[in-house]
Amino acid sequence: MKTISIAYKNLKRKKIRTVLTIGAVAVAVAVLVSLFGFDAGYQQGLSNDIDKLGYHLLVTAKGCPYEAATLMLSGGGGLRYMEDAVYNRIAKDPRVDKIMPELVSSVYNQEGGPDKRGTFALYMGIEKSYLDLKPWAKFKSGGWFSSLDADEVIIGYEAAELEQRLVGDQIFVPKINKVLTVKGIFERTGTQDDGMIFIPLATAQRIFNLPGKLTGIGIKLKDIQQINEFEESLYNEPGIQVVSLAQVRGTILNLVASARAMANSVALIAIFIAVLGVTNTILMSVFERTREIGVMKALGASAADIFKIIWTETTLICVFGGLFGVTLASLGTSIVEKIIRHTLPYAPSGKLVLIKPEFMLIAFLATVVMGLLSGIYPALRASKMRPVEAIRSGE
Amino acid sequence: MKDHVIHAEKLTKVYKLLAEEIYAVRDINLDIESGDFIAIMGPSGSGKTTLLDSLGCLSAITSGKLNILGKDVSHAKEKTLVLMRRKFLGFVFQDFLLIPTLTALENVQLPLFFARAQQRSSRAIELLERVGLGKRINHLPKEMSGGEKQRVAIARALVTGPKILFADEPTGNLDTKSGEQIFQILKDLNKSDGLTVILTTHNNKLGALASRIIYLKDGCIVPKEESSLNV
Repeated sequence: MKTISIAYKNLKRKKIRTVLTIGAVAVAVAVLVSLFGFDAGYQQGLSNDIDKLGYHLLVTAKGCPYEAATLMLSGGGGLRYMEDAVYNRIAKDPRVDKIMPELVSSVYNQEGGPDKRGTFALYMGIEKSYLDLKPWAKFKSGGWFSSLDADEVIIGYEAAELEQRLVGDQIFVPKINKVLTVKGIFERTGTQDDGMIFIPLATAQRIFNLPGKLTGIGIKLKDIQQINEFEESLYNEPGIQVVSLAQVRGTILNLVASARAMANSVALIAIFIAVLGVTNTILMSVFERTREIGVMKALGASAADIFKIIWTETTLICVFGGLFGVTLASLGTSIVEKIIRHTLPYAPSGKLVLIKPEFMLIAFLATVVMGLLSGIYPALRASKMRPVEAIRSGE
Repeated sequence: MKDHVIHAEKLTKVYKLLAEEIYAVRDINLDIESGDFIAIMGPSGSGKTTLLDSLGCLSAITSGKLNILGKDVSHAKEKTLVLMRRKFLGFVFQDFLLIPTLTALENVQLPLFFARAQQRSSRAIELLERVGLGKRINHLPKEMSGGEKQRVAIARALVTGPKILFADEPTGNLDTKSGEQIFQILKDLNKSDGLTVILTTHNNKLGALASRIIYLKDGCIVPKEESSLNV
């Protein structure tokens, strides 16, 4: 016979109560682990997305920086345009290694989507410099446009799947009644570009009736150390704003910080409630067992013996709660991911909730510590019971 | 001359109920010798249980002197009382008070567990066999009759080899036949092992089997004639 087996048998006595308490702990732990995982996954996904942009700086027409950052990452249509003269001036700068003009436009297709509810297709006008800045963009089939002004498209991997197009097929652009020919299909890159339809820049300017306009210019510098200095020199250009990678990262992290703070406080409250629940459950069971505790004392149990038994019960609840919670969190990532994607204005591609073993360990240990703390009061109450008063209490 | 296992002088126990002080037992002078079989008798509220609890180190006394097995426990701290209970004293209660989640064997092993003793199961099984429950060691209390439960409780009280066994109304919740059986077991333990037994009872017939009867009335020891008027 061991303390742990006495404690375990006590917990089995009121199964539903024990299971509910363990469940509350498990949910709190699962929330905690998911939050850790979200934090890590989001930051990693964001870094990944930013690295895969291929450029250090993005020049856009002046506007809200949050909007610019979001649009830049999600590839949404630019609401504002700048003249391509800006591009010509920047391209001459000797510090520039690679530079890429782009013109993004979204086209609403009423017939699109699996349930015919309508979809937005994103068209991005690019030049060959796109391939220089994004060396990982490889053709799955087909190849580059036949000319700078061809009525042709190259489709991102996911867009090709969605539109069910092969090289040589035609694609109809509804709003402007234009038919374009599929010239190539990219392999999957794991970025937002997978959902994009690319057209030659000159073609884009022509068919969307935006001559000489751009939505963005991606710039890669020869030396990343020069980024601040270079950014400052661009301040002379009127009507544009410069977004650097570090800024984008910071901006987006700021954007999700409020959501994170909210979620963290929910997790804290959940944990607090779970602790109170554990204390309440154990305290209740201590009071119910007053006479038994008195008998144990009469049979030679010291205060420390009783304390140990009650404390073990709390710890057991929290250990089981922790284990279930960690399991729940790792099984529930896909659901959490869906919810987060639905709620956040911008979510990076890739795994959004990254559950690392150390998160599980930290959450688990935190629960056990929490269990030990929540058990102190009930265990103390039990250990201080005087044998006679306890035994005679029920008579 | 026999040794005194219990020596009490002016033993008094007072309960405080709000502003009122209740003398549960008052000025008890008592000597109990090794191997005695004592029955404490008296009407309800006469202080039988309080006296038994005090002698059994279950609660500290208010005033007076109490010496158990040569040790002065009059002003002993809870820690000392724990050690006294653990090593030298055994308890049996009216409603058995077995731990419902533990089997008969585990219940009997419990005092050994608290005493950090080795070889727990062989000693426990031996005692369960002695009270005639050798075949029921793995049964839970809810699967046993009242008489059986009380026999488990006796085995549990004896497992650490105590010098004195305290029994509070051990037959109070049993039918006549089971009650007599329990009484017989206690009597045998007293006779063959020389165990000192102190019990409280309402039952005159069982009380008469004791080697000595202490009559209590209003917390004081009184002669038989005076007490019986009130029983």
